[in-house]
Amino acid sequence: MSKIMIDGVEIDVPPDYTLLQACEAAGAEIPRFCYHERLSIAGNCRMCLVEVKGAPKPVASCAQQVKDQRPAKDDALPMVFTSSPMVKKARNGVMEFLLINHPLDCPICDQGGECDLQDQAMAYGRGGSRFDENKRAVEDKDMGPLVKTVMTRCIQCTRCVRFITEVAGVPEIGATGRGEDMEITTYLEAALSSELSANVIDLCPVGALTSKPYAFNARPWELKKTESVDVMDALGSAIRIDARGEEVLRVLPRLNEEINEEWISDKTRYAEDGLKRQRLDRPYVRVNGKLRAATWDEALGAAARALSGDANKIGALAGDLACAESMKATLDLFRALGSPNTDCNWDGAKFPAERAGYVFNSTIAGVDEADAILLVGTNPRIEAPILNARIRKAWLRNNARIGVVGPRAALTYAYDYIGAGPQSLRDLGAFARALGDAKKPLVVIGAAVFARSDAGAVLHALGALTLKRNGWNGFNVLHTSAARVGGLDLGFTPGAGGADARVMLAGGVDTLLALGVDEVDLPARGTVIYLGTHGDRGAHRADIILPGAAYTEKCATWVNTEGRVQYGERAVFPKGEAKEDWTILRALSARLGKTLPYDDLTALRAKMIADHPTFGRLDYAPGAAAGDARLGATGEFNAAPFASPVTDFYLTNPIARASMTMAACARAAAERASAKVAAE
Amino acid sequence: MLADKDRIFLNLYGAHDWRLAAAKQRGAWNATKDMIDCGRDWIIAQVKESGLRGRGGAGFPTGLKWTFMPKEVKERPHYLVVNADESEPGTCKDRDMLRHDPHLLIEGCLIASFAMQAHTAYIYIRGEYVREREILEQAIQEAYAAKLIGKNNLHGWDFDLHVSHGAGAYICGEETALLESLEGKKGQPRLKPPFPANSGLYGCPTTVNNVESIAVVPTILRRGAKWFAGIGRANNTGTKVFCVSGHVNKPCNVEEAMSIPLKELIETHCGGVRGGWGNLKAVIPGGSSVRLIPAHEAETALMDFDSLSALKSGLGTAAVIVMDQSTDLVRAIARISYFYKHESCGQCTPCREGTGWMWRVLERMARGEADHSEIDLLLDVASQVEGHTICALGDAAAWPVQGLIRHFRHEIEQRIDRYRAAKGVHQVRMVAAE
Repeated sequence: MSKIMIDGVEIDVPPDYTLLQACEAAGAEIPRFCYHERLSIAGNCRMCLVEVKGAPKPVASCAQQVKDQRPAKDDALPMVFTSSPMVKKARNGVMEFLLINHPLDCPICDQGGECDLQDQAMAYGRGGSRFDENKRAVEDKDMGPLVKTVMTRCIQCTRCVRFITEVAGVPEIGATGRGEDMEITTYLEAALSSELSANVIDLCPVGALTSKPYAFNARPWELKKTESVDVMDALGSAIRIDARGEEVLRVLPRLNEEINEEWISDKTRYAEDGLKRQRLDRPYVRVNGKLRAATWDEALGAAARALSGDANKIGALAGDLACAESMKATLDLFRALGSPNTDCNWDGAKFPAERAGYVFNSTIAGVDEADAILLVGTNPRIEAPILNARIRKAWLRNNARIGVVGPRAALTYAYDYIGAGPQSLRDLGAFARALGDAKKPLVVIGAAVFARSDAGAVLHALGALTLKRNGWNGFNVLHTSAARVGGLDLGFTPGAGGADARVMLAGGVDTLLALGVDEVDLPARGTVIYLGTHGDRGAHRADIILPGAAYTEKCATWVNTEGRVQYGERAVFPKGEAKEDWTILRALSARLGKTLPYDDLTALRAKMIADHPTFGRLDYAPGAAAGDARLGATGEFNAAPFASPVTDFYLTNPIARASMTMAACARAAAERASAKVAAE
Repeated sequence: MLADKDRIFLNLYGAHDWRLAAAKQRGAWNATKDMIDCGRDWIIAQVKESGLRGRGGAGFPTGLKWTFMPKEVKERPHYLVVNADESEPGTCKDRDMLRHDPHLLIEGCLIASFAMQAHTAYIYIRGEYVREREILEQAIQEAYAAKLIGKNNLHGWDFDLHVSHGAGAYICGEETALLESLEGKKGQPRLKPPFPANSGLYGCPTTVNNVESIAVVPTILRRGAKWFAGIGRANNTGTKVFCVSGHVNKPCNVEEAMSIPLKELIETHCGGVRGGWGNLKAVIPGGSSVRLIPAHEAETALMDFDSLSALKSGLGTAAVIVMDQSTDLVRAIARISYFYKHESCGQCTPCREGTGWMWRVLERMARGEADHSEIDLLLDVASQVEGHTICALGDAAAWPVQGLIRHFRHEIEQRIDRYRAAKGVHQVRMVAAE
């Protein structure tokens, strides 16, 4: 720790703190534009200037460390002043320079109300303008379907350049030209290809990069803000849902150091317009081969009739967006009816029974510390972009060595390509030694591996690797479904003698209750009851449709790939006549004479916690404490190469498929993939 | 006046051959091995004792700079980088050394690299210096062929010397922007600390020196630090190549003793000011970035670091730009201001925005189309740029403006008044309702 005087107050801070951090620790506010905790230091905005005793010029506090400061001659502590006349004049001057070429278009700027430049101009700027020349105008750039540019507003802080280069790992934004002609642009004005691209909108301290889909929609002070959890992948990123009236207008990231830091993927942010389209807002019943709008009474009656037959001939499947509450209610209902036919692994995956065998044991934050990472049958860039950014961070900061068995993809970091299929697991070559020597080795297995016929053999091969260290378990499963770990924790798997998803999807039951199963074809025979939100694949096949609530419309429990239990909150009410899923199941249970023993969410959650204690500990990832798992059995490998379950990042679930923005992104990505590159 | 025997650059005017054989006859590569055998401590002590101050503009003591390098080479190699990106308007001294006396520089590179335990040195040469680069490269080939440098050379210190050609950006003469450019990146200055001696080229300990600072070192060592220290005044020692341009009868480069009176320099070597000393209006004594001094100060000014900084100007690169009474000073400074606006890298706010603002106001002032109050505004803007930027380009852009207003404010005021009288207006610029 080093001592330093900030505005006459002595403070003890770590020596590698920057002056800016030390000033913040001392309670002094330092304005800044270019500085960002998670990006490299540029020191170019010059807004954070402070006075250091003995220095002839003001010093950029973001760019100097406490340990760089020399004590005064008489051995006094280094002294920093944050509100001296020199500092005030410097800030005032910098603010004026930033504003002279910044357009006065705040009334039509989407950043208005949450603009750093606006706020700091109020606090540190001068009252009027002394600049009588013409303002600079800069041509807008096309950065794709998500990022709207008004480049005249740009203050060249280069946060976007640093984010895309450092965090996203796709160096597509840069500055061209010099002096006052410097412009931020993408290379040849191509659309950004990163799955994290829209984070530059949050990073932009002014209105140069704003949200294209959200353009001119609302002012921040009109919005009701709800803190919730994302379901677009299995990471459970922390999000804030901004709604006006009954409409979700945007989704923003929320800080969660354990998962997403402060980034979210483009799908998390922009699938939100899919919540307004293709919605199931009333019950339907199929009559004479055609779906017909029905009342809740009719639909529940029809569903009860279909489920009241032979208990061995009814079954339930849970899709990727099913919350723990709906799965718990379904499970309790089916067991009460005497049916063992329940499965949340609609893709046919078979996970080990022990929790440590199907969660991300190193925790997501633990990836930062890993020094050797083996990816098996997964493409984290499209399955979980936030996790991919973490792996990139480990590669950059920790010098982690990365190996890939599975699809060869552009992962934003260099890796040793070991092979495409499970055969290459027999001999990892030099990488086996890297894993063995690593202080924190890590293996990430894609969830799709567990749906293979040779999953047991693959797991057995991986189980032979020593991935345990003191307090560290490097065996990780990367799920793609937000529901899966919750389903496994609840035991939403076939009961004794029960039919599994393969059997049920092949028509092994007469009546199938599908909780939002849209990624696979439902059986053509028998009765299908679909409980979900969107008119997607599942609803098209359904005979009875029970409209449920999307993740923004209910208070629901989600368990992420780490086994971390999180509560999502309701931002708006379900659409039309739709209801929260568990209440529908509760009503159905009453019709079937097996009334579920909970009348409100609290009682349901209490029952869930009582039956499954892991649900009692919120926002906790067990990590190595999850214990051990028996991993697979010897067997033959099958020749097929590993494949990622995600084929199009932008279209992985019914909400995303209903989103115009995601469709535009998917189209742009397809065009990029097929575009011919001109000779340069 | 410097005696001929005390000159270091004996071929400054290209009257003789630049090649190795001729350079050796002039003394280059003489006793180099002996100097290296005296050890690096002796070399650095000699350079310190000679009082040599950096010739690139800032005047930082060269020997002291060398001591900032780590004492021992650890896992990161040391580098010497020679700044030959001579782009300061008015300056053309390095050019003549590069094309007429390249072997002095190459020898200096070897000795300086040895003193700082660098096995590799780079010379970053200005983009416009094409012929100079060709000659320098040939000279380096000669030195390699004669085993003066390279692996297993005669001097017992493995040493490689590379020439890197810039692309014509003024900012790449700033030492850290130069390093960025040398690494193949966009030439933008780095934040300091860390200083190059700690983390420079490719993150390794690096010293960046001007061509002249390096080229004089062999001769200093050969003739002794005391000889060099005996020329000029205390703290401003040695010989210096001055570049005199502008309204003199014979513009020239000349090697002279430091601290020579400005008047003597102009009168002796340049045939005097055009139209006589009385016709002198102002002098920019150290390249376009220093503040100008008016004729009455030029009368007594000594050409060295301390004397000129006492006049609130500076020696800079010792590029003397002489302006006689016919000069439109406001126009001249506006042109200089345009240069800095054009060459600003755009990285940090005050320089990016301030240089353009100052230039635009000066352009109007040169026409007289301004307000009296804008003179103070301009001064204030200059002070908001000066000292607030990452590198010294901001200062360099502010100083000429400050110099103009400090000494020739009356001229701007007259210009404005004349313009108004001609237009018959009192309030020239419309003020919009705010």
